[in-house]
Amino acid sequence: MRWLLPLLAALMLVQPATAQDRMPPAPYAYTQLDDPELEEQARELMLTLRCLKCQSQSIADSDAPMAGDMRHQVRTRLAAGESPDEIRAWLVSRYGDYVSYEPQVSATTWPLFVIPIVLLLLAGTVLLRRVGKRGSVEDEGEEPA
Amino acid sequence: MIAEIGLAALWLAAALAVLELLGGFLGARDENNELTALVRPAAVMQGVLCGVSFLALVYLFAVTDLSVKLVAANSHSMKPLAFKLSGAWANHEGSMLLWITVMALAGGLIAFIERRLPEKTMMATLGTQAFVGLGFYLFILLASNPFERLSPVPADGNGLNPLLQDMGVSFHPPTLYIGYVGLSVAFSFALGALLTRQVTPEFARVMRPWVLGSWIFLTIGITAGSYWAYYELGWGGWWFWDPVENASLMPWLAATALLHSASVLAARDALRTWTIMLGVVAFSMSMVGTFLVRSGILTSVHAFAVDPERGSFILALLALYIGGALVVFAMRANTIAEGQRFALLSREGALVVNNVALSAILGIVLLGTLYPLLTEAFDVRVSVGPPYFNPVSAIFFLPMLVVLAVGPLLRWRTDNFARIKWPVIAIGVASLVALAVVLVFFDTSVLSLLGMGLSIGVAVASFLPLKGRAIRRVPLAVWGMCIAHFGVALALFGVAADTAFQKERLVAVSPGDTVEVGPWEATLASVSPVAGPNWTAMQGDIFVSYQGGEQTETLPQARSFWAPPGETSEVALVTRWNGQLYVALGNMAEDGRWQLRLWWKPFVTWIWYGGLLIALGGCLALVGRVVSDLRRRKAEQREEAMRTEEAELASA
Repeated sequence: MRWLLPLLAALMLVQPATAQDRMPPAPYAYTQLDDPELEEQARELMLTLRCLKCQSQSIADSDAPMAGDMRHQVRTRLAAGESPDEIRAWLVSRYGDYVSYEPQVSATTWPLFVIPIVLLLLAGTVLLRRVGKRGSVEDEGEEPA
Repeated sequence: MIAEIGLAALWLAAALAVLELLGGFLGARDENNELTALVRPAAVMQGVLCGVSFLALVYLFAVTDLSVKLVAANSHSMKPLAFKLSGAWANHEGSMLLWITVMALAGGLIAFIERRLPEKTMMATLGTQAFVGLGFYLFILLASNPFERLSPVPADGNGLNPLLQDMGVSFHPPTLYIGYVGLSVAFSFALGALLTRQVTPEFARVMRPWVLGSWIFLTIGITAGSYWAYYELGWGGWWFWDPVENASLMPWLAATALLHSASVLAARDALRTWTIMLGVVAFSMSMVGTFLVRSGILTSVHAFAVDPERGSFILALLALYIGGALVVFAMRANTIAEGQRFALLSREGALVVNNVALSAILGIVLLGTLYPLLTEAFDVRVSVGPPYFNPVSAIFFLPMLVVLAVGPLLRWRTDNFARIKWPVIAIGVASLVALAVVLVFFDTSVLSLLGMGLSIGVAVASFLPLKGRAIRRVPLAVWGMCIAHFGVALALFGVAADTAFQKERLVAVSPGDTVEVGPWEATLASVSPVAGPNWTAMQGDIFVSYQGGEQTETLPQARSFWAPPGETSEVALVTRWNGQLYVALGNMAEDGRWQLRLWWKPFVTWIWYGGLLIALGGCLALVGRVVSDLRRRKAEQREEAMRTEEAELASA
């Protein structure tokens, strides 16, 4: 296998030129903010933003260059004093609702919020009906099994 | 030749399924039908033939027979043997063959061993199993033939997606599929019982081991999948509410509800209709999951197939089976007499709450998974992710945990609160103390806080059912319940603690630099190139120490594969009892420094230990149930023998 090593070394040298013919990552793509509180806010926000080039991953969980750029945007904007909600709104205006994992109540998404409430009511009704039957068990006493 | 044998075996199996289908449904009407005697052998032979077919495919992958299209498309001669073998099912056609093989083996097994139910019910059950199987045989033979030849034969294969070249993948899909498809048996039993009007405790007892078995495999599959995503994707996440994950979670939720309601039916002859309904829903969720993953409707690592023809084929199967089952259910449900009644404050009552909550969570996961697909059909793209699933499912999950803690303490049929007052107070105090400690000393989100508090309560509660019993005489099934419930507490604690306490550090470092993350210090010694059989990598040599203690060497890699080209992150993990250090090496930055990603994840491993304990509890319950069933059957036989003997004596 020794003959492989020079070859590998050569491969390593050319790799950056071939595989990385894109822009270098933005400064805050892989670097945290100095202020731990802001960084915590950034992380929380990034976990709820979709990496548009990936498959069901948030930008906090992705190696994709675009996710890196978006992380950079989130961190620099937070550092500049914008609130997480403002940044989300800005990203949504730019990329559409798809970018946010946190659906907002709207004309298209209302069933997402109404159906759980219906489920809650349904669950409550099922259980209440059982409470109603409670008396009947005790009245019947030792019915045959 | 081998490929042709595999294909021929599959066609033969499909033909036998037709025979089993006809014989089964004729036998369900009249058990003296001529075909009835052929039904069980037809089912067993299908299992054998599918097994042969599947082994043929594995062999073709093992020897990298590039004249087979599937092998050429998904394998490569230079791939390690283990990944050549797992490559057989890490693709659309192969995984569908695995699906039908598991289904045929399960069908063959019930045909071979199950003789407790009335023969008519068994015939209807096997007929249903064959009916469902037939659809999938046709799907494979007509739309996804794994044995298709390729001409001309290429020089080498395309290889396997690097993310899938991992031991986790060798293990994960077969486990999940056994779980998924094992539920088909519950589906068939439910319809068999419904069609022949035999929804009895005996039916529940016969079905229960199958539900438990499938559920154990699903639990292990989901746990393993979560750990795979955790270490393979390189960013420390272990659950993403990704549609593919949800596809495996939904059958699990339904199976969890089903195995609890089947227990009620077996022990108390209550919840008859509900158990049948869940039997139908559980396998329907498996099929919905298969549709989501296999149709290419999602774009995700798991969705290998992008082919609308296949998608519509599976959708038609789905509509036929789920729709058909629901129609039968609607027509027959009113013929099932109401089971035994019970008070809300009783074991049954607690299990009803559990079932309602699990079903509601299932509904929410289904909604959140399908809704974006629905809006996409109207060209509106929305995303539903953790910020939706976590709080909305918690509305049902947290109360369910309270019931999970208290329910096992209750008696069947009816109980009074005064009897269990002290254990409940103990559970409450444990939860509140944990809650207070976290609240005072740490700054966490409400959900993590509640999660940690409740997990301590559930942990205490899980072993309370053993109180006052002679430990050696506790039935295995009760041990199983306690251990599984403890596993829930453990996993929940891991989830809450990791979410609340994890420490993250993303830095660019040069050799010699030291960084801190939580209680850990990490020093980068060097970065050097290394090579594997089908990849090259940059490997970091990083020394880490916990609270200034002994140094441990870690070797995370950033790998580049060439067939097909792709990059993966091989992370280094340092496991302690109270958590895991997660070290990932990134790319080289402009200035020659290396990107490092470090996480200290307190108690994160408890998530998977919890998952494994849940599965272990299931295993104990399964063994306990099967053993006690066998014993009871033996005792019944002995009793019968004695009775006949007595009768003979009396008549003599």
